[in-house]
Amino acid sequence: MTTVDIGTLDVPTVSAVGTLTRVATIRRVVQETPDTFTYWMTFDDPGDRAAYRFLPGQFNMLYLFGIGEVPISVASDTEMAGRIAHTIRSTGRVTDAFRGLKAGDQVGVRGPFGRPWPMRVPREGNLMIVAGGLGLAPLRAAIYQAIRHRGQFRRVLVLVGARGPEHMLYRKELDTWIKSARTLGLETLLTVDEADADWPYDEGVVTTLFPKITIDPASTTAFVCGPEIMMHFALKGLKEMGFANEHVWVSMERNMHCGIKVCGHCQIGPKFMCADGPVFRYDEVVDLMEVREL
Amino acid sequence: MRYLDRQEFGKLIDALVAAGYDPIGPTVRDGAVVLDHIEGVEDLPRGVGVQQGPGTYRLADRGDDLLFSWAHGPRAGKSFLFPGREVLCSAKRSEGRLDVECAPVDERPLAFVGLRSCDLHAIGIQDKVFLDTDPSYAKRREQALFISVNCGVPNGTCFCASMGTGPRCTVGFDLALTELPAGFVVEVASPHGEQVLEAVKSREATDEEMFAAEAVTSGAEGKMGRSLDTSDMPDLLYRNRQNPRWKDVAARCLACGNCTSACPTCFCHDIVEGVSVDGRSATRARQWANCFSEEFTHIVGMEIRASRESRYRQWLTHKFAAWIDQFGTSGCVGCGRCITWCPVGIDVTEEVAAIRATDGKVEVMAS
Repeated sequence: MTTVDIGTLDVPTVSAVGTLTRVATIRRVVQETPDTFTYWMTFDDPGDRAAYRFLPGQFNMLYLFGIGEVPISVASDTEMAGRIAHTIRSTGRVTDAFRGLKAGDQVGVRGPFGRPWPMRVPREGNLMIVAGGLGLAPLRAAIYQAIRHRGQFRRVLVLVGARGPEHMLYRKELDTWIKSARTLGLETLLTVDEADADWPYDEGVVTTLFPKITIDPASTTAFVCGPEIMMHFALKGLKEMGFANEHVWVSMERNMHCGIKVCGHCQIGPKFMCADGPVFRYDEVVDLMEVREL
Repeated sequence: MRYLDRQEFGKLIDALVAAGYDPIGPTVRDGAVVLDHIEGVEDLPRGVGVQQGPGTYRLADRGDDLLFSWAHGPRAGKSFLFPGREVLCSAKRSEGRLDVECAPVDERPLAFVGLRSCDLHAIGIQDKVFLDTDPSYAKRREQALFISVNCGVPNGTCFCASMGTGPRCTVGFDLALTELPAGFVVEVASPHGEQVLEAVKSREATDEEMFAAEAVTSGAEGKMGRSLDTSDMPDLLYRNRQNPRWKDVAARCLACGNCTSACPTCFCHDIVEGVSVDGRSATRARQWANCFSEEFTHIVGMEIRASRESRYRQWLTHKFAAWIDQFGTSGCVGCGRCITWCPVGIDVTEEVAAIRATDGKVEVMAS
């Protein structure tokens, strides 16, 4: 079993947060797409507000009274952890119930869980972020960190694809990143599978952006997250660009229930996605991803 | 080694009750020897034997007074230390305020009577999963007492000798008994065990009694109906993920999950929310899950392991291979329950052997 050490500071302790549910109140709800909303929340207890920390790519188990829990990545700035955001697409029993929530409603939060994006790995080199659809949410905190600590990286590229303009998350923010590219030092490229008349950026799946950039794969680290089919083609595309598996990191999806390696649902081979992942260096999981229905 | 006369044994159970323990022991119910709450020695199966094979379990009358001359039934320590369903947290909502509380259980300490070495090992394996992560499990586990029994009567589906987990108790007990016709040779392994034993009349065991006890377990090894070659694990199963044998076994498997319920180490579970009728209080419970079920790997829009083949592969590969990477031990103790309680008699020892026999020789299916 290949497991890359990403440094002790980045490895979360799982058991301490396993059973602790903190209560938080929703402060603001932002509609991102027709079925996706971002919920900004703060912990009710001042002690929780002060103590809560998370790392880019980690997730919380969000609890709705009488409905249940659902794993959702934290999609806000790690350095402003007193106020956290979760972007949720309503697709199931618990996430559907989230749709009815508004500012002032309370939720339970267990977490954070999971292995984060290894922000130290790309230092001194280029960081290339590839996101598809909702996959931008778990990468958002990584982008914020890259912006905050811009000097630690050479180039920072953000490539985002979505089905259509109305399915592009954080649209205003992305427009700003493009407008302020020079100030932020961020190269952002957007594409949608099917554009409409108002769409000012590219058209086509996210991999169609790859030929538009010139980058040295040997000095670049890629972070990739998106739906399974997008991941499949993105990983293939990166390989064709000359990326070694050791330079590519992926965030994977399974049905996490506990967050602490005890419920067994999120296993893929010997890995527990909730704590050994969800972020993996591609060579750690490449043999597992190649087997169907593992 | 101590010796306990047969007549004194009943008093040992009474002493457990007097000391505040909730004794859990074997008793005959629904045509099987099951573990349950017991009140005294009269609840134990006297002169009861069992015959087990793939998909078969039958009680037999031995015509003697022995209390522990049966190979284990469907239940193991798991049913009590990690119950099928247990409330972990409760939530209340009143006047627009949400409160969530997760408190560990508060109950009488358990005293297990009659667990075999395989089951003690199984508890040690579940400890690696739950001891640091589940406060209720940890509390129950730490206050429990174990009066185990060295096994002299392995059955047709047993293979603990292959897994290195029996038949003699070597870990995880306070007292270990070996049953002889007139009484029990007792090995004391902890101060708690010693304390309990002090409540009844015992004496130093004679050399003859110790030899007789030794013969019980040494004879047991040869009586096991099954064996399993554990060499080259976990790699053997990792490199055979595409072996056609998975398709073969999937054609027989009913995906009922009996094996996961009967297995003393299977730990997978769901977290299930329940809400009161008035909508003011809710509970979050931990409930045994079954990796053979369709919804086990459900994510948005798909079941990751949609085919029965992939589910059987997951269960067997997890048990015998991935477990080693995850917890530093095999997940199998060789108790054979999954073979006995499989309604179609699928035999894990046979499945592993079939994969081993075709390792590197079969043309794998393209993924």
